[in-house]
Amino acid sequence: MTAQEVRLCGLLLQEHFGEMVEKVGTHLLKSGAQNLRMILHETGISLDLLKKSLCVLVQHGACVFSSGRKGPGSPTEYRTSCDRILRILRYPRYIYTAKTLYGDTGELIIEELLQRGHMTMSSTVKTVADRLTQNMEDGRSMDYNDVSNSFSNLVETHFLQRCPPPPRAGPKESVTPAPHPVPGTPTPPISTALPTAESFPDCYKVPHVTLTGRGKRPLSSEDVDDQRNAKKAKMDSETHGDEGICWQVNFERFHLHFRDQAIISAVANKLDQTSSEIVRTMLRMSEVTTSPSATCTKPLSANEIFRSLPTNYNITRPILDQYLTLLVDDPMEFVGKAGESGGGMYVVNMHRALANLARATLESVVQERFGSRSARIFRLLLRKRHLEQKQVEDFAMIPAKEAKDMLYSLLSQNLVQLQEVPKTPDYAPSRTFYLYTVNQLPTARMLLQNCYKTVANLIERRLYESKESKRLLEKSQRIEAILASLQASGAEPEQLTEVEEMITAPEKQQLDALRLHINKLDSAENQVDETIFLIESYVNSTKTTS
Amino acid sequence: MAGKGRGVGAFTFNIEALGIGRGSMPDSRVGPMPLFPNIDFKPVPLKAGEEEDYMLALKQEMRGTMQQLPHNIKCHANKAEVERYTERYLKQRQLDDANWTPDWSLLPKELMPQKKKVVKPVKKKKAVKISRKETEAMLTKLDELEKKDDGNPEKSDDETEKKKVNEGEEEEEIEAEEYDEEDVEEENDYIDSYFDNGEDFGGAGSDENVDGEGTY
Repeated sequence: MTAQEVRLCGLLLQEHFGEMVEKVGTHLLKSGAQNLRMILHETGISLDLLKKSLCVLVQHGACVFSSGRKGPGSPTEYRTSCDRILRILRYPRYIYTAKTLYGDTGELIIEELLQRGHMTMSSTVKTVADRLTQNMEDGRSMDYNDVSNSFSNLVETHFLQRCPPPPRAGPKESVTPAPHPVPGTPTPPISTALPTAESFPDCYKVPHVTLTGRGKRPLSSEDVDDQRNAKKAKMDSETHGDEGICWQVNFERFHLHFRDQAIISAVANKLDQTSSEIVRTMLRMSEVTTSPSATCTKPLSANEIFRSLPTNYNITRPILDQYLTLLVDDPMEFVGKAGESGGGMYVVNMHRALANLARATLESVVQERFGSRSARIFRLLLRKRHLEQKQVEDFAMIPAKEAKDMLYSLLSQNLVQLQEVPKTPDYAPSRTFYLYTVNQLPTARMLLQNCYKTVANLIERRLYESKESKRLLEKSQRIEAILASLQASGAEPEQLTEVEEMITAPEKQQLDALRLHINKLDSAENQVDETIFLIESYVNSTKTTS
Repeated sequence: MAGKGRGVGAFTFNIEALGIGRGSMPDSRVGPMPLFPNIDFKPVPLKAGEEEDYMLALKQEMRGTMQQLPHNIKCHANKAEVERYTERYLKQRQLDDANWTPDWSLLPKELMPQKKKVVKPVKKKKAVKISRKETEAMLTKLDELEKKDDGNPEKSDDETEKKKVNEGEEEEEIEAEEYDEEDVEEENDYIDSYFDNGEDFGGAGSDENVDGEGTY
């Protein structure tokens, strides 16, 4: 965990879960796996609050616990990792994707699960149905079955998965004595790696849930219906047959979807709409057959692609072949040819596509920060690997003095590195070649850390802006509350305008400016997160390939 | 020092190999970098579209709801003493959510809030009972000892200190009684003859100097 990651995680935890959880979370991030007593001793928080914070962290999957390192008898250890907490930045994107794929129902299901960490299917369905009913017209309500169907669809396409059961920590202290192990059965090995959700065979099985009913609208009058609600609450506490089975959002699946989207939009930008449709078809066909960390998809024959193209794209077979040849010849190498059988076997190169997208991001960063000529030098070095000072000037066709300046500013920002190649063993400077080079992977990592720092700065600036105008914001909130209550109780428009005038005109201007700033900062966070996703995917893809 | 004149500004390697000349050095820096340096190229404006607006709204909503959920643990110290005006208009539903019980099957047992068992008063009574009996026995012993050898006051001090550990009202009375006894006995460590209160010095005690030389 780098310092920037820890800082960003701390800010995210503070914004969403409060300061207590932030303290506990950052402490765990910095010090690795610890048991309860050590955390208590080192943070100095009261035991009660500490337990609550750990519950919240485990509930949201930010913290995992396991039996201690010394064996099954030692106290449980808790550990956090940055990755899960950094996902919080991406929540709006997940929800929006669910909306585009599964409509409002899917959107609300994902939103509820993200907010609560993990929930059982029945409680999710009920809450979502209630929320949908709220927004519907009077008299209509949402049936539980529709919501359950959406839920099952999400599970089938692996966007949701079951939470893994907790690891057995220590000897069982249940009342019934533990069953005597049958001699002859091999004891399962105590694995040091924590089981992931995927390692359980049932993780995508929808349980049989008896759930009938419709969404309930919250009742507006409180007094009379309180008693009725009390009775209803007692009746509703029946079990639905899926107690103990909690569901969580499967982030990896969403990431695969984002990656596919990035490749398709890149093809659309570089070539044209039809090529992107072909690539989209190829990716859709290999969704189930490709593992998440595969270098490229399974080979698909041109005949299969032709048959699976969407029906409104009636291009002829020769034209498809031409498009495929174009895609293969493109220097971005999104699509590769793997053989000649079946009219030509084609694959989508995942890792190469990610590497090229990351490279494009790096080039664009250099261009926006240093100008197009520096970007030309950068691209040159990426292509030619190692170049001397003189060669850089010649190839880039930039006058010597300016080329030197640009190279040194790039060097000072660590985007370009110097490689010494000695002619003699004593590394004498007059007899050594000094070559400029760009290493894509370390540069990408550095850029990723910059992105984390950027988002952390954005959040801090937003908090600062809100704090500066705290008084004004509170006043406007109070006035809105008064207005709402006045309108609900039916007041004359003169009273409303009178209340509205309590905020003076310059204050209104200040409020508008503040709102604009906060929106801009928030939007910037979302968009930096897109870059973060791209570079993270690239860095992760290089980890799996040797 | 010998090389000071010649060594200043000279590099250990031939800088022409890098392609730079002596005159093209950039200006040396004076002081730390400014916090917000001037940049030559302004950043590109943000993407603005329907998608981005929707995601912005989602983000702000999510932040708001997550701060209202019971997951958001607020420090108790922040709760104001005086009920604020806005709290009257807050929805009741938000306040109801404050109690949240997670699914304990997925969490380790040690995180469950422990119920404090009320055991202390019973123990206290027993302790008091025992100490009462003990102190009574010790008191009778003490009385006997005092009558016997005109008290070693140190011993009684130790024993009173030991009894101070056992709490109880009667012990205070007993200690008070003991203190009274000590005052009565007037046993102390000081030798009586050590104290010279000046009566024998040039005063009424002696009749030698009657001339009237003043006593100082």
